[in-house]
Amino acid sequence: MKFVEEFRDKELAAGLVRRIEEALGDRRVSLMEVCGTHTMSIQRYGLKSLLPKNLRLLSGPGCPVCVTPNEQVDLAIAYAMTEGVILATFGDMAKVPGSSTTLLKAKAAGGRMQIVYSTMDAVKLAESNPDKKIVFFGIGFEPTAPTVAASILEAERKGISNYFVVSAAKVVPPPMEALLQGEVQIDGFICPGHVSVVIGSGAYRKIAEVHRVPCVVAGFEPTDVLQAIEMLVRQVRDGRSEVENQYTRVVHEEGNVAARGIMDRVFEPRDAKWRGIGVIPGSGLGIRPGYARFNAEVQLPVVPEKTVENERCICGLVLKGVKEPTDCALFGKECAPENPVGACMVSGEGACAAYYKYR
Amino acid sequence: MCLAIPMKLIEADGPFGKVEIEGVKRKVSLQLLPDAEVGDYVLVHAGFAIERINEEEAKKTLQLLTELALAQEAEEQ
Ligand code: SF4
Repeated sequence: MKFVEEFRDKELAAGLVRRIEEALGDRRVSLMEVCGTHTMSIQRYGLKSLLPKNLRLLSGPGCPVCVTPNEQVDLAIAYAMTEGVILATFGDMAKVPGSSTTLLKAKAAGGRMQIVYSTMDAVKLAESNPDKKIVFFGIGFEPTAPTVAASILEAERKGISNYFVVSAAKVVPPPMEALLQGEVQIDGFICPGHVSVVIGSGAYRKIAEVHRVPCVVAGFEPTDVLQAIEMLVRQVRDGRSEVENQYTRVVHEEGNVAARGIMDRVFEPRDAKWRGIGVIPGSGLGIRPGYARFNAEVQLPVVPEKTVENERCICGLVLKGVKEPTDCALFGKECAPENPVGACMVSGEGACAAYYKYR
Repeated sequence: MCLAIPMKLIEADGPFGKVEIEGVKRKVSLQLLPDAEVGDYVLVHAGFAIERINEEEAKKTLQLLTELALAQEAEEQ
């Protein structure tokens, strides 16, 4: 694979670790890796064991499946159980526990659910099932939201009238800001690489300049993450708070303008609820009124079951960086990837799943 | 879910194309990267090319890291 081996080079990594130690000195610094894919890299390559003890890495709310609240999981399940509807969604959603069941179990109980790899497959599903209504459950952050928007434009272009979307997409900078008001000390953010591909490194300027918290956009290979940590620790040492970009091979200041254009054409900001954090103003993406005929919630309203939270799962606290997965009494016992109790154990990039896999 | 894989664009035909990685070929949507060209390395996320990979920048990052590592070694000797 192009430029993968090089970014896993052990010598380069060791050099970076020494530079981090030097810049850190005996300061205590806590950095949050916002993105679940970073959590995965950190666990997979054992980066924590290489780093000094006075540097803490907290995982954040960066896994779309994990932050999707029970209400929305229940909504997807309600669609799967609705006569004449096929609920289409990404694979990660199938096993996420809602209030009383999962999509996978709902399917076994007679519901209709189809896993798709791409939103274009969901549009095709609508084309090949003209007598059914296809409801695409569109979770995801900025890399995924434009693909959901593109599917609505594709359905419009093809004149497809049985394709509908539940817009459950979210944007990442608002929860980062929200967490800064919370109980956890965050001295710097390792900003999500692929979210930044779309929104650009410029999107974190407010966090750096107004909240005065350093931000570094990072790639996903071990030396990418270590270099980003080194850049953050230096900012802390020098008393700077800037946005720096470590992932220059794919991230630009202004992001992917075409992708953002498609996203803005179809979606508008709306308030959204995040598991563990609550409602964050402007953190969700709703379908604009001009595309209301593709809006499942407008065209095919359903009433999900009453929301029940599992009191024993601390996934919400894990998503805020307040607790670690290993602080949960169920971790690795009752709750494991084969039988997840909470959302954070489902997707590979969920903090609980990542800790479990590379424990 | 925000995973994206670097793949080589080997065919482009309007809004769709084909990408390849280690012999595996896949269809890809190009709506989000309309100016992608055959031969580009692109990041593929959920069936869509979302950005091209700038080889020059990749080399620069690696070179910087190598220089830093060498400088450190020299210091320590
Ligand atoms: S280990 Fe399972 S039950 Fe515990 S917080 Fe994580 S997802 Fe929830």
